[in-house]
Amino acid sequence: MQIRLNGQPYTLAESASIVDLLQQLDLTGKRLAVEINEEIIPKSRHAATLLQANDQVEIVHAIGGG
Amino acid sequence: MNPDTFKIGQREFSSRLLVGTGKYKDLQETAAAIEMTGAEIVTFAVRRTNIGQNQDEPNLLDVISPDRYTLLPNTAGCYNAKDSVRTCLLARELLDGHNLVKLEVLGDQKTLYPNMRETLIATEQLMAEGFEVMVYCNDDPIAAKELEDMGCVAIMPLGSLIGSGLGILNPHNIRLIMEEAKVPVLVDAGVGTASDAAFAMEMGCTGVLMNTAIAHANNPVLMASAMKKAIQAGREAFLAGRMTKKAYASASSPLEGLIN
Repeated sequence: MQIRLNGQPYTLAESASIVDLLQQLDLTGKRLAVEINEEIIPKSRHAATLLQANDQVEIVHAIGGG
Repeated sequence: MNPDTFKIGQREFSSRLLVGTGKYKDLQETAAAIEMTGAEIVTFAVRRTNIGQNQDEPNLLDVISPDRYTLLPNTAGCYNAKDSVRTCLLARELLDGHNLVKLEVLGDQKTLYPNMRETLIATEQLMAEGFEVMVYCNDDPIAAKELEDMGCVAIMPLGSLIGSGLGILNPHNIRLIMEEAKVPVLVDAGVGTASDAAFAMEMGCTGVLMNTAIAHANNPVLMASAMKKAIQAGREAFLAGRMTKKAYASASSPLEGLIN
């Protein structure tokens, strides 16, 4: 299925969880935050939260800034 | 002498130099410069993770550890209340519930001047969400008071435009803000060199937040050291209380016992 990940189309398996997505992206264990359709999904819910087709997913991290 | 500390909300600090992490050559230089400043509060931005790039590259938080520094996520790059609040919520998730943020809602790209209308709206929403807000604002004493009354834990008027290095262009307004404020007032933005930082501290500001003045110096680590000293010198001068200015000379040596 297709989702939008950080503004770009992205393909992943049906009924993938956030944990699956992060694993696929090689981001497991990184300091980041995940939002689906403008709702923050806390880390404690990453395993249980399944992605749906057309979900708008944002993954953010800390970068240098003033 | 009692330690010269200050409080932001319930957190107590001794370093009055707060620094950003942007515009450095690389993370190694970022870490070295920030270490040299002695800063305890360090601000950073929140951005989309690069998908598909090398994920083994070090992350900012690997070199600026949340265990060592009080991290201050900022909303730089946000031009309205909605994006700012969203960024703060993401930052809180990123930092496992840490609720101290630097709100900055910008007006336009040319000046990066604060949009005060959106800043006030965002402040109200962030208060409702339980954040502790340090707010970047213009040097308008009325707006500053309003932000304090809404519950901001620090008021941070600009000295001059972000990244301009023009110094403190309207010290009189900063003084008016300090006269009324019961929370810390920190100059955020505009400092270009060490004397600007010392000047802000001599005026009685609680602290100074800077980024470009260090990061874009020819030698950032050396400038970091200069800024640390300037902040300390300015603070001590403020506490010491400067002499009164006089129009005419006043001899430093005794007038008695002259040889002729």
